[in-house]
Amino acid sequence: MDELKLKKMANEIRKGIIEAVHSAKAGHPGGSLSATELFTYMYFEEMDIDPENPKKADRDRFVLSKGHTAPGLYSTLANRGYFPVKDLLSLRHTGSYLQGHPDMKHIPGVDMSSGSLGQGISAAVGMALSAKMDGEGYRVYTLLGDGEIQEGQVWEAAMFAGHRKLDNLVVIVDNNGLQIDGKIEDICSPYPIDAKFAAFNFHVINVSDGNDFKQLAAAFEEAKKTKGQPSAIIMKTVKGKGISYMENNAGWHEKAPNDMEYAIAMEELEKAGETLCQM
Amino acid sequence: MSDVKKIATRESYGNALVKLGKKYKNLVVLDADLAGATKTGTFLKEFPDRHIDCGIAECNMMGIAAGLAATGKVPFASTFAMFASGRAYEQVRNSIGYPHLNVKIGATHAGISVGEDGATHQCNEDLALMRVIPGIAVLNPADDIEAQAAVEAAYLHDGPVYLRFGRLAVPVINDNPGYKFEIGKGIVLKEGTDVTIIATGLCVWESLKAAELLERDGVCARVVNIHTIKPLDEELVIESARKTGKVVTVEEHSVLGGLGSAVAEVLSEKAPVPMLRIGIQDVFGESGPAAELIKKYGLDSDSIYSKIKNLCKGEK
Repeated sequence: MDELKLKKMANEIRKGIIEAVHSAKAGHPGGSLSATELFTYMYFEEMDIDPENPKKADRDRFVLSKGHTAPGLYSTLANRGYFPVKDLLSLRHTGSYLQGHPDMKHIPGVDMSSGSLGQGISAAVGMALSAKMDGEGYRVYTLLGDGEIQEGQVWEAAMFAGHRKLDNLVVIVDNNGLQIDGKIEDICSPYPIDAKFAAFNFHVINVSDGNDFKQLAAAFEEAKKTKGQPSAIIMKTVKGKGISYMENNAGWHEKAPNDMEYAIAMEELEKAGETLCQM
Repeated sequence: MSDVKKIATRESYGNALVKLGKKYKNLVVLDADLAGATKTGTFLKEFPDRHIDCGIAECNMMGIAAGLAATGKVPFASTFAMFASGRAYEQVRNSIGYPHLNVKIGATHAGISVGEDGATHQCNEDLALMRVIPGIAVLNPADDIEAQAAVEAAYLHDGPVYLRFGRLAVPVINDNPGYKFEIGKGIVLKEGTDVTIIATGLCVWESLKAAELLERDGVCARVVNIHTIKPLDEELVIESARKTGKVVTVEEHSVLGGLGSAVAEVLSEKAPVPMLRIGIQDVFGESGPAAELIKKYGLDSDSIYSKIKNLCKGEK
């Protein structure tokens, strides 16, 4: 998929996020929007997957360790054809299969249930280890929040992945700089993130703009060429990216837009879509 | 009875894994720096490529096990009961239980019979913690024969299983050709009419001895071995209550939340009878030789005998 198509798709995925969270009257738009380009790149460019056959044994795997950004993952999976886009409106509704956090038992395309922070990365490490044990060629990707890496389990998993030289594993950190209570460096700073992963024997790739497809493409190419150690892609992003009033605002970590805010957000995304169509 | 063969169920765990490892290629074993103590060292020797030492990081080990299970392996994640059910509780719940992944948790060094290490390592709460997670089978074998059978049954069972093993060598009681292990099916070891002793783990042996002592006093006790705490054999529990009119549970675990609670839950709703729960009485353990602690905390045959005799007093 060329860059313009990826941008258009990201815009559609953003619409799905806003519609889902608005319909749910709850959820996490901020971190879903900061990682939208990442989700798009994963499912429309990077991974070897088949929406017709979501459990294909040799598929690449994606574990959303920062599981609260399920709206971003769900909107991506729906737009990729794993389930109908209209189902996004049932997010968090009683009886819906679209649970507040990823549920591998019921949602096509979800490779691991997650949501309790720090746990997804361990499962991803287990999957990568499994591929190595079996001599399988599939790759495993896991997305973590920059607040999430305050969890100790993340570093248990990182130590193991580095020790085992799991070069089929890519850990991505969405460094949007904000967590629920405020700026990550004010709450309990995880910086320097890159030096930490390097110290755990990862090949570290810094991405100065994780909302830029060119930079993402270069980073994932570099990760693919990296042998003998796992890769960590630390990408700077903008929380709430694409919706003017949500950008860089911790208040939109977990909050649904009201009807007026919803209308503004959708109008902004419509305009962004029109601009992309004129390119 | 003194010349009876003794073996710790953790040994049985290690031995069973080696046997099963030969038969089932997707069986893998995980440890958290305790392979020598959990007795999985034998598996490591036999199948070094299928043994994964995660280092001292039990939470990560449970997550890795989940990832291995999600890609078709059958992992046995091994560590002490304290860390498997305690430290890694939430990983077991959310990364294994909630997605119902095919992970087997081999929890050794359960209960007060850990002995000298003391309270920090004596997990008397694991059955309670594991039992409340939906969809997880909880097994607590009584001896070597049962432990080995439980490991194979766990492998063949589709879904998460918690297996509880002990450090202390315990007598082999199920060495008979008719022995059959089935998850969720209790075993009547001795028939009786006056009271039913429902026991689990190493308390089964102590309960059988207590029943012999009671027999001398004219109290005829039925002895039931419940190796599966969940799903509980409700039918057998109810039948026993109706048949003998009194039920005593015996477990090397807190009287809160374990076998005693599980049996009380069933009987209070479906067949209320007088009950006595023998176990650790909501206290922490302490350091000491296992046999002395078992006696001190009232889990030996003499203590069980006296408590049941008291319960049955005045009726004979």
